[in-house]
Amino acid sequence: MLCDVCKCNDATVFLTQILEGKMQKVNLCDACSKEKGVQDPTGFALADLLLGIGAAEEIEKGGTTQKCPVCGFTQADFKKTGRLGCSACYVTFADGLNNLLKAMHKGTEHVGKLPERAQRAMELSDRVRTLTKNLEKAVAEENYETAASLRDEIKQLEHELANST
Amino acid sequence: MKFDAVMATAGEWLRGEGPHHQIVISSRVRFARNLRDRAFPGWAKKAERVAILDLIKPRVEELTEMQDSFSELLQDLSALEKQVLVERHLISREHAAKGAGSAIVMNRRQTLSVMINEEDHLRMQSIRSGLQLKQAFKLVDKIDSALEGKLQFAYDQRIGYLTACPTNVGTGLRASAMLHLPGLVLSELINQVIQAVSKIGLAVRGLYGEGTEAMGNLFQISNQTTLGEKEDEIINRLTKVIETIIEKEHDARQVLLQKKSNTLWDQIGRAYGVLTYAHAMSSKEALNLLSILKLGVDLGAFSEDRRLSIDQLFIDTQPAHLQKTSDRKLNAEERDHLRAEIIRDRLKLFPKPDIAKVARESGNGSIA
Repeated sequence: MLCDVCKCNDATVFLTQILEGKMQKVNLCDACSKEKGVQDPTGFALADLLLGIGAAEEIEKGGTTQKCPVCGFTQADFKKTGRLGCSACYVTFADGLNNLLKAMHKGTEHVGKLPERAQRAMELSDRVRTLTKNLEKAVAEENYETAASLRDEIKQLEHELANST
Repeated sequence: MKFDAVMATAGEWLRGEGPHHQIVISSRVRFARNLRDRAFPGWAKKAERVAILDLIKPRVEELTEMQDSFSELLQDLSALEKQVLVERHLISREHAAKGAGSAIVMNRRQTLSVMINEEDHLRMQSIRSGLQLKQAFKLVDKIDSALEGKLQFAYDQRIGYLTACPTNVGTGLRASAMLHLPGLVLSELINQVIQAVSKIGLAVRGLYGEGTEAMGNLFQISNQTTLGEKEDEIINRLTKVIETIIEKEHDARQVLLQKKSNTLWDQIGRAYGVLTYAHAMSSKEALNLLSILKLGVDLGAFSEDRRLSIDQLFIDTQPAHLQKTSDRKLNAEERDHLRAEIIRDRLKLFPKPDIAKVARESGNGSIA
């Protein structure tokens, strides 16, 4: 029996996993099983490996030969590794990935934690930075009235920022 | 904090004091996070990985939780040191294989470890003794919130946190517990439990992965999916399932005590005999026998104050721990001898199993 991954060596590692009531079998040669980390005690390599093989097909159903504009990752690379290149790949390969995520997960939409507080904090600190520059400019131009109101606004924002983190 | 200090002190989970620690060895929670629009570690060139590392590492080190932390670049750790961290579940095997551009930052108590540039830019993990998934979750959640104020995480409004592997997308959360289930194994109920658990979308694996046959009667159970469910729902669901398994394990032990006590005493007696007198022992044999001895403590055949020394042997007889203690590289045969020697030495003053006491307490008078 040939290895399911490289399709050239004889398979020596035979994996069986029951996933949601369905039995899946994968046969691997020694080299591929090591490369895929099948002996890995801590990761979730088997599931990833199984899903990875199907995953590549799903992504191809997207149908085009796209390349991620941010990191240069292609479908062929996904087929090889079962991993994506960068966060922007999720946009580039969205069509194929949506089907894949549907098959893989409980739902299709994230309902958990939002990094909202941090975004708000980041917006606030950006605004403080801009206002501080304006304040310096106002002081340099001896525009003290503007400077005073800018200073108050900065104080207010800094207070908010301190409370938000 | 230096590696020798890590080696010299056992982490919190190795001291085994958490709730349900007889059956739940450890609870782990990890978050996967990535920086926006930067290539994931597996795809990034070395220079970019180093740049990302330089961006992340100082932010992690300055966390209040990481005061006086152990912080090392993977390239500065020896193969043996990395393996010790793997055996303590403080880094993954995948991370141990990394070199330039990856790092580990870990707190002093060894309850929190952050892997930088593993499969994702950030893998933040908390490991606790016993059933403490909620506590582990809280700690990781806290540092995640602290870090997201300083680093721009890759996040999508619809599908949540973006990860290198689509299996982690959404919450990026993996929660798992290591369970010691000799009762269910001895009464041949374990496969039923594994099948039931797999059916509800949770994964069961042995200590060393493949198949369902586990060493040392140790099983790891974890969530399989990360998208479409809230973090606390995942944690609660897993906790409930584990509580049910704990009950089943207790039931199985009671049945064994009542119906198969001879088999039970035979197993405990043999484990005790082999462990105290053997001169060569593989790590698999050691794990299996220590598991039975641990069961002996749970059942009262050994006094409670012997528990810690057995729990410690579980980890101290692992290959890298063994070699680190002996301070040189050993071949398999030398390891097996040293392992047996350490076990004999630690069990030297260990009293024989007190079976009569257990029989009296469990109301079962018939001892062969």
